[in-house]
Amino acid sequence: MPVSPTADDIARVFRDESGRCIATLVRVLGDIDLAEDAVQEAFVVAARTWPVAGLPPNPGAWITTTARNRAIDRFRRESSRERRETEATAMTAPDEPLDVGPLPDDQLRLIFTCCHPALSSEAHIALTLRLIAGLQTPEIAAAFLVPEATMAQRIVRAKKKIKATNLPYRVPDAAELPARLRSVLAVLYLIFTEGHRASTSDVLVREDLCTEAIRLSRLLCDLMPEEPEAVGLLALMLLTDARRATRVGDDGVLIPLPDQDRARWDRDEIAEGHDLVRRCLRRNQPGAYQVQAAIAAVHTDAPTADRTDWVQVLALYDQLVPFAPTPVVQLNRAVAVAEVRGPAEALQEVELLDLDGYVPYHATRADLLRRVGRTAEAADAYDRAISLATADPERRYLAGRRAALG
Amino acid sequence: MSQYLLSVHYVDGVGATPEAEMQEAYEATGRFNDELQAEGAWVFAGGLHTPDTATVVDATGAETITTDGPFSEAKEQIGGFWVVEAPDLDAALALAARGSAACRAKVEVRPFHDGPEDAGLDA
Repeated sequence: MPVSPTADDIARVFRDESGRCIATLVRVLGDIDLAEDAVQEAFVVAARTWPVAGLPPNPGAWITTTARNRAIDRFRRESSRERRETEATAMTAPDEPLDVGPLPDDQLRLIFTCCHPALSSEAHIALTLRLIAGLQTPEIAAAFLVPEATMAQRIVRAKKKIKATNLPYRVPDAAELPARLRSVLAVLYLIFTEGHRASTSDVLVREDLCTEAIRLSRLLCDLMPEEPEAVGLLALMLLTDARRATRVGDDGVLIPLPDQDRARWDRDEIAEGHDLVRRCLRRNQPGAYQVQAAIAAVHTDAPTADRTDWVQVLALYDQLVPFAPTPVVQLNRAVAVAEVRGPAEALQEVELLDLDGYVPYHATRADLLRRVGRTAEAADAYDRAISLATADPERRYLAGRRAALG
Repeated sequence: MSQYLLSVHYVDGVGATPEAEMQEAYEATGRFNDELQAEGAWVFAGGLHTPDTATVVDATGAETITTDGPFSEAKEQIGGFWVVEAPDLDAALALAARGSAACRAKVEVRPFHDGPEDAGLDA
């Protein structure tokens, strides 16, 4: 007796399966728009027939087959030469099982297309969320706080460029792979940090972006299990996300790492993150994401803040600097220096950094000034941080620190 | 196969390149042209005189108006171009990288419309 799926069940299947279906259809039809239309149409059919006939045993395969058949029907109705050529491609091997069965590489190819360096970084994010994660344009627009029409335009323009330039659906060859993979990882991390930043602002809807980024990273790890940086990125996201619920108090004020309620950290995410860190460190091919994940692992390993292994954290930052020689990394390293060698030495290093527009720079500097007893300068630094802060929880936290100076 | 325009861009009036370097770039570009032909990617190529030799013709109105060019007063100008045939954008970008290294200038890659049916449909 088949179970009748509800609209929610169908929506969940769409979330879980549409990315894979679209990727397979892009291979079969050779065109993103046609693939999206066909998958969309197949879900319309599903919404009509599944509640009566029950959920098919393999909903993804059902959608892919239906989408392909719908696309072929549509080619028959339309007569432009281009469409007929595509039809020929789609129909040359209608009985071959690989046509409907998804190849794992289908999605990987499409990820590399979405994150191709010939497209803008805004397009990378929009296309990845839409074609790989299966988000709808209004959801993506809401997450990035841009009007829906702007996001739609961005996606249309990127798809037009893919088509016009004959941008390939291909996993880059060995020579190109490291650079191209870096750009894919950067896109996923950008999606994550956008969501993570939202968790300290008033815009809660964007927290979905963290979930999507983790889902995408998990997918990438499944597709490229031999890439330690992909595993490192997933671990970093999990270990950061594990603390999400404790980053802002009930009063809406930001809570920094040492003051967070560690009992409320997500133990499952931490366990998985630690496991992944160990797994990739064993390969001994370190990279920026793996080392950052290792740092997050040390923090989440400490039962209390004052039992943090700061010597280990500092050693890891020393390892991170060559991979990511940025002032932001130097600033974070200085926090570890303060714990290991004292605030005076850390302050000297912080004073060398050119990060005037960066709130954490002024907040860190203010705290170090406070700890070395230069209270008036600490107050000025807090004022500067407060004037730059845009998120309310952060501003209120800084104002509290400023007031506590006395 | 698709066709791409690889146009060579330079900034007008920014420091003249030393003669020896110009000569090297010229020879490297000649070798690259030979390679394109040997690889079957070559459609057409050419180097242009400086923009101050350009003339603009406008026959969109009732009268044909001829003016001293260039059309665009932009600092960036086209110094030359290749038209190449490549299986996809990645292959065209790889050719552009070789062309850019040879002529020592930035190269823009732009696809041609496939044919009359493609032309203008998505404008």
